[in-house]
Amino acid sequence: MPMSLADRPDDPDLYRRGVLRAGGVLVALAVARPVLADANELKAAIAAYTGGRETKPGRVTIDVARLVDNGNAVPVTVRVESPMIAADHVRAIALFNERNPERDVARFALSERSGRAVVSTRIRLATSQQLVAIATMSDGTLWSGAVDVIVTLAACIEGEG
Amino acid sequence: MARALITVPQDAKRGDVVEIRVLIAHPMETGFRVGADGRRVPRDILRRFTCRLDGEVVFAAELFPAVSANPYLAFPLRADRAGTLSFTWEGDGGFAQTETATLNVA
Repeated sequence: MPMSLADRPDDPDLYRRGVLRAGGVLVALAVARPVLADANELKAAIAAYTGGRETKPGRVTIDVARLVDNGNAVPVTVRVESPMIAADHVRAIALFNERNPERDVARFALSERSGRAVVSTRIRLATSQQLVAIATMSDGTLWSGAVDVIVTLAACIEGEG
Repeated sequence: MARALITVPQDAKRGDVVEIRVLIAHPMETGFRVGADGRRVPRDILRRFTCRLDGEVVFAAELFPAVSANPYLAFPLRADRAGTLSFTWEGDGGFAQTETATLNVA
């Protein structure tokens, strides 16, 4: 509750305590957010996307700077090993993150007309975290790739979007 | 109309895989930031991007708030035939914009 000048306690010590307590609550709120969004939430988001089907590690590479100095625009390239022919191609690529406010980053739809399974974009990273990409092949199998990045200037919290 | 930059290679030979790059001016406001008045800035993002070659969808993307402002996308396309490429962005608040470019195949 904000204190107006009129209802300040007469004792300056009590007033100072109130101010300190309010400050403590703010710090706790700021710290709580990244801790709540943890690896389990990432697993749940991926399971919701894949419908619980088995995802094999491999064939998917995420190209991103391992040390990011500005989280507001991080260039990311996702590559999938695939011949990209009618019989065997990548249908979809989904990119997830571990510690942004939302787990989803982007989803891409490709076809054999793509000719190559490579997609690039620029993303926001709120803090140091893991990125996971899931590729859906034309035969329905799922492959995943992951990478850990360290972010020194976070997006979403400070600076312009 | 938001400013859009579209790069389509013009020297593709039949069967080559070309990289198409698109960028559109858009704030991609996440809905998580707090403005100067202490209130949350409402979400305003582009949610969908579609690239069509003569009406046939050749690439599509679903975007979330984690995509940077002025969304940039680079994606491949096998140049089997020449045609007109159309690029459509759709987003919050009824945002919709379509740009076109020509794909030349030698």
